[in-house]
Amino acid sequence: MQANTLSGGFADPATQSAHAFRSVMEAMARPGTIQDIHGAAPPAPLSPAMGAVLLTLCDTETPVYLAGDMDCDAARAWLAFHTGAPFVGPAQCMFAVGKWDALTPLEVYPIGTSEYPDRSATLIVECSELASGATLTGPGIKETATLSLPELEAFQANRTLFPLGLDFIFTCGGRLAALPRSAEVSRSSSQARAQAGAS
Amino acid sequence: MYVAVKGGERAIENAHAWLAEERRGNTDVAELSIAQIREQLSLAVNRVMAEGSLYDPDLAALAIKQARGDMIEAIFLIRAYRTTLPRFGASEPVDTGIMACDRRISATFKDLPGGQVLGPTFDYTHRLLDFKLAADGDVPKAPSRDAETGTVPHVTEFLNREGLIEEAPHNDTPPPDLTREPLEMPADRALRLQALTRADEGFTLGLAYSTQRGYGRNHAFVGELRIGSVPVEMDIPELGFAVEIGEVTLTECETVNQFTGSKTEPPQFTRGYGLVFGQTERKAISMALVDRALRWEELGEDNVGAPAQDAEFVLYHADNIQATGFLEHIKLPHYVDFQSELELVRKLRREAGAQQVQEAAE
Amino acid sequence: MTEYNFAYLDEQTKRMIRRAILKGLAIPGYQVPFASREMPMPYGWGTGGVQVSAAVLTPSDTFKVIDQGADDTTNAVSIRTFFQRTAGVATTTATSDATVIQTRHRIPEEPLHEGQILVYQVPIPEPLRFLEPRESETRKMHSLEEYGLMHVKLYEDISRHGHIATSYAYPVKVEGRYVMDPSPIPKFDNAKLGDMAAIQLFGAGREQRIYALPPYTQVVSLDFEDHPFEASKADHLCGMCGANDSYLDELIIDDLGGRMFVCSDTDYCEARQAAGHKGKDAA
Ligand SMILES: [Zn+2]
Repeated sequence: MQANTLSGGFADPATQSAHAFRSVMEAMARPGTIQDIHGAAPPAPLSPAMGAVLLTLCDTETPVYLAGDMDCDAARAWLAFHTGAPFVGPAQCMFAVGKWDALTPLEVYPIGTSEYPDRSATLIVECSELASGATLTGPGIKETATLSLPELEAFQANRTLFPLGLDFIFTCGGRLAALPRSAEVSRSSSQARAQAGAS
Repeated sequence: MYVAVKGGERAIENAHAWLAEERRGNTDVAELSIAQIREQLSLAVNRVMAEGSLYDPDLAALAIKQARGDMIEAIFLIRAYRTTLPRFGASEPVDTGIMACDRRISATFKDLPGGQVLGPTFDYTHRLLDFKLAADGDVPKAPSRDAETGTVPHVTEFLNREGLIEEAPHNDTPPPDLTREPLEMPADRALRLQALTRADEGFTLGLAYSTQRGYGRNHAFVGELRIGSVPVEMDIPELGFAVEIGEVTLTECETVNQFTGSKTEPPQFTRGYGLVFGQTERKAISMALVDRALRWEELGEDNVGAPAQDAEFVLYHADNIQATGFLEHIKLPHYVDFQSELELVRKLRREAGAQQVQEAAE
Repeated sequence: MTEYNFAYLDEQTKRMIRRAILKGLAIPGYQVPFASREMPMPYGWGTGGVQVSAAVLTPSDTFKVIDQGADDTTNAVSIRTFFQRTAGVATTTATSDATVIQTRHRIPEEPLHEGQILVYQVPIPEPLRFLEPRESETRKMHSLEEYGLMHVKLYEDISRHGHIATSYAYPVKVEGRYVMDPSPIPKFDNAKLGDMAAIQLFGAGREQRIYALPPYTQVVSLDFEDHPFEASKADHLCGMCGANDSYLDELIIDDLGGRMFVCSDTDYCEARQAAGHKGKDAA
């Protein structure tokens, strides 16, 4: 076993996961806000934020799908040691982990059932940046919020499934943001202007 | 002048102190030890283990002592403790076929391999208060013989050989875990049995009795009742095989129930099943009857609307910790809700009064 | 004996509850089933709220507990002490200082702000339960958005009494989708549910359900065009602080049945009195 497999977990799991969860919860409750999250030092390609989210939410009861580059020995060994989460394909997962291109298309993930819409996957997306971008409206947002999203169409299609659908957590370095299925996503006015200028 | 009620904290502390004093009782009387409760009130200990879902006689005895003998309170203490325990894994299914039986009876066959063993039962005691026990509890030694070794076949196996009873096919699907997953309907048999084994003894008894009186009758015979200890084995992944980690006493009841059959299938007896921690035979028999009643659908029987046939009703109301908590919570203040009802009733009465006046005037 | 974990619950249980909370926030008003644990207090006494609080509290939080709006009712004291002991959190009675507020039957009068979490204790989370006792049926009704039964019940009230005869636990519709039980708060408090800056989490321990309202969620009390929803309270001023905008408890103060009315929110009332407001019964 590699040394970095054993290290990089929460040194004080009870309080560090409590703080980490609050970051995740604030992000999910207030789409578009960007939260700091601390405590994990996983091996690459997992970011510290990704590591902290996984330590906070995953265990032997949560099947995890590792997409693309994330499906590597280092990530598998670290997650297995620190969470015990079983690794599965996208159709059985509760959490999917990866970069956007590796995670799409989204049709393969469980979106819940009409009686149990909560039985749906949460996608944890590693991003190269977290900034303003698309315009968000919906629960958790006072008027509008903004968040850089890898694309719009997939999230718009996901919104039409409501109350079924997928929920997203975006991680980048030591920060995260989230987009629940309830959020309406549209092109921001600045994006629209840029688009108009380009055409 | 009005002074708001304060000092909830001190009231609670004082109540706890008084409770501790009452629990101890008169200090001129020797204090009960955990070992005394475990050894001399063992059926109470068994019930607490069964409904507390935790096999630990010493902790159950401690809970009974702390709860002043209130069984549901003791079960509650055990449940609350149990939830905090880390879970290292699941044991292999126990094999009651290799049970070292203290008691084993069948009501369906006069004699059978393994024999009828009455064991330590109240059954044929005359219920006369034994005033000798009030003076001293010394008992003469009971006669003993060497324990039987080897497997004791289940009575239902003999019926099965002839095809007279429904098959109970082997099934390796891991059962759902009621303590780790929310109860969900429809509940399969494994989940129902799990709920019933920790269900309140009184509730289960009442339901079972109701089936005997015609509310979902299923003509139960006690095919077999056995009480004894079985080894518990756990698979150790590092070793690659299962090792014995201890043993538990269980009560198992298999009932042979009314037969079913159709034009295509010859008549067959059906089964009800009860398995409970400890020597808890009233509970195990009750469980088997209720289990059988809940199986109406898979056996193609009519739902006659009997309470014991209604899985949602039975499972949602069988847990005494849930029931007692919710029942007793009506002791808590509800004056905010009551105030809103008060205002509403006053308003409705005012309007009804005004309407009457108006009608009288018209 | 074993030491208990931070905030009592083991980490695996907290993770399970946390996952349920996130799904609840993503589907506002939908009841997420969760494997509620036995807590060291009885079911029906706030075990759902306590489990939710245990899953969200950090050691840096300041915790407030109210029951019927008051910090000093015995069960509120008991729950506050529990978390002082098991989580070592700071506690307060001041609504504005608290980061996490656990409540039974009230929403504080003072508007909550961003960064606060309001945790409700819920006895019966299913708004349709008293119309249809079967969980299997009510779950279907939610999935089909089949809420006709609820409207029929409310309309029957109107035809019998001239008003909707529900004064607490008054059902609401969340974001135009799920009908939700707001817990047994007086309907006076319903107006505060929607567009709240704080996160609202609802925990029903015995019934094994968690649900949530993210901040600024649209919450509408069910009503009819000709019988619009009305938040009501006793038509009096607080005897202690003179407030005309707070929910009031009615107290019987003498053998002749003399009454007085006092704010049910003790912190609100005390803060007003400290600021010099005086009601007619104040000394
Ligand atoms: Zn006042």
